[in-house]
Amino acid sequence: MKKLVYLDNNATTPCDPRVVEALVPYFYEKFGNAASRNHPAGWVAEEAVDYAREQIADLINVDPKEIIFTSGATESDNLALKGVYEMYKSKGNHIITVKTEHKAVLDTCQKLETQGAEITYLDVDGNGRIDLEKLEAAIKPSTILISVMWANNETGVIQDVKAIGDICAKHGILFMSDATQAVGKIPTFPKEMGIHLMAFTAHKMYGPKGVGALYVCRKNPRVKVTAQMDGGGHERGMRSGTLNVPGIVGFGKAAQLAKAEMATDAERLSKLRDRIESELGQMEEVYFNGYKESRMPHVTNLSFKHVEGEGLMMTFNQDMALSSGSACTSASLEPSYVLVALGLGDELAHSSLRFSLGRFTTDEDIDLAINWVRNGVNHMRNLSPIWEMYKEGIDLNSVQWSPH
Amino acid sequence: MAYSEKVLDHFQNPKNVGTMDKSKPNVGTGLVGAPECGDVMRLQIEVDESTQKIIDAKFKTFGCGSAIASSSLATEWLKGKSIDEALTIDNMDIVEELALPPVKIHCSVLAEDAIKAAIKDYQTKSANK
Repeated sequence: MKKLVYLDNNATTPCDPRVVEALVPYFYEKFGNAASRNHPAGWVAEEAVDYAREQIADLINVDPKEIIFTSGATESDNLALKGVYEMYKSKGNHIITVKTEHKAVLDTCQKLETQGAEITYLDVDGNGRIDLEKLEAAIKPSTILISVMWANNETGVIQDVKAIGDICAKHGILFMSDATQAVGKIPTFPKEMGIHLMAFTAHKMYGPKGVGALYVCRKNPRVKVTAQMDGGGHERGMRSGTLNVPGIVGFGKAAQLAKAEMATDAERLSKLRDRIESELGQMEEVYFNGYKESRMPHVTNLSFKHVEGEGLMMTFNQDMALSSGSACTSASLEPSYVLVALGLGDELAHSSLRFSLGRFTTDEDIDLAINWVRNGVNHMRNLSPIWEMYKEGIDLNSVQWSPH
Repeated sequence: MAYSEKVLDHFQNPKNVGTMDKSKPNVGTGLVGAPECGDVMRLQIEVDESTQKIIDAKFKTFGCGSAIASSSLATEWLKGKSIDEALTIDNMDIVEELALPPVKIHCSVLAEDAIKAAIKDYQTKSANK
């Protein structure tokens, strides 16, 4: 396989070689079960897990006891939402979340609705941010939890989590944040933000797939979640199951590297990201989706009007990986619900590309990407009847379309 | 999901891309789909009025690779066919030829719709002469 220019780091990141080096011994030489208390194989594994837990706690500035290991961010989101609902539903059944959350949150909330929960799904503005006044106005006496992601996976837009945390504190409501895209990329200190539960995962920060974590605040307030996986009582009874020791060791190493390299990575990647925006932005009818004042350093989302995203990707996807807000591959034909929530029309949402850079992205990758995308957009516009109509000055809104 | 060789070939080297003068009496134009659905096809045929044979076909498509391949293939098939023969082209023929997966069947439906719309446009023009 030839080298792929990989600009889809919000989907997953490659493992850092230093992570792989750290975790490999735990498959064979140090294969013990961390719950085996009575022999050295278990002790070695337990020690490795404890060390990784410290590395992860150190990255987000919490007590290691507040880290619950899971299989990934989806499980962490499920555990936080379902676990809080089951634990606190006698106090109230209302949860507030946002329309642009990841499906791991939205689908879990929908499931809770079938079990008696009342969920409010907040809109976002054109920048992808929630209106704090509307958030506060949505709070009821029965509200037990507010769940707002730290940074969005499609646009990189960062919510004002500190202000949301203040609102939660004022009303005595728990605050959960899906920080999958933020942890390891920007400083994420839940205690400073008033976050009580925070979900994140290793494979978005150069660690292995199959391991994630949920931060659960232990003090002021002491938060509890009802376990969704019953068994041996691992992870302080909140998540049973033999720990994925190699995965956890890799997660710890990834956290340590992220802490050390976050600032330099972010500075370098934001420059490369800006170059994509300025060079592709010189083309006609290119639109930026998101909010430049508050966003992740390595992500940009652009719409190339009158070009369909999946077709555009096909012009270069033998050589380069990125994502589109067009969902032509799904049976629904609905484009990205996140971009639609920002107020983009369906056409612009279908025309979008997400570039997510990472630690291993090079200057040369960006040169190639800009060139391929530019050529691809030109190729697709030459094929596009609506581009031709636009160039002829036809008002596309006046055309009688036949939606199917 | 990987694309079939035939889809890739039509996508990379689309046949009969272009625009005909839609005001000409022997040109039929079909415009189907909608930008908000992520697919718009415009298919045009030029008909020899004495023989009722399609002598040329052109397309432009806004859409995914399968939509572009479906319309490119449709123009290839249309050339040389009589109007009656062209009306027998079925979307499943396109699905089969391009090995389209189930999620892309709508692209072939759109191509069949575009063929029928272009023929109808031509026939309406002829009838109104």
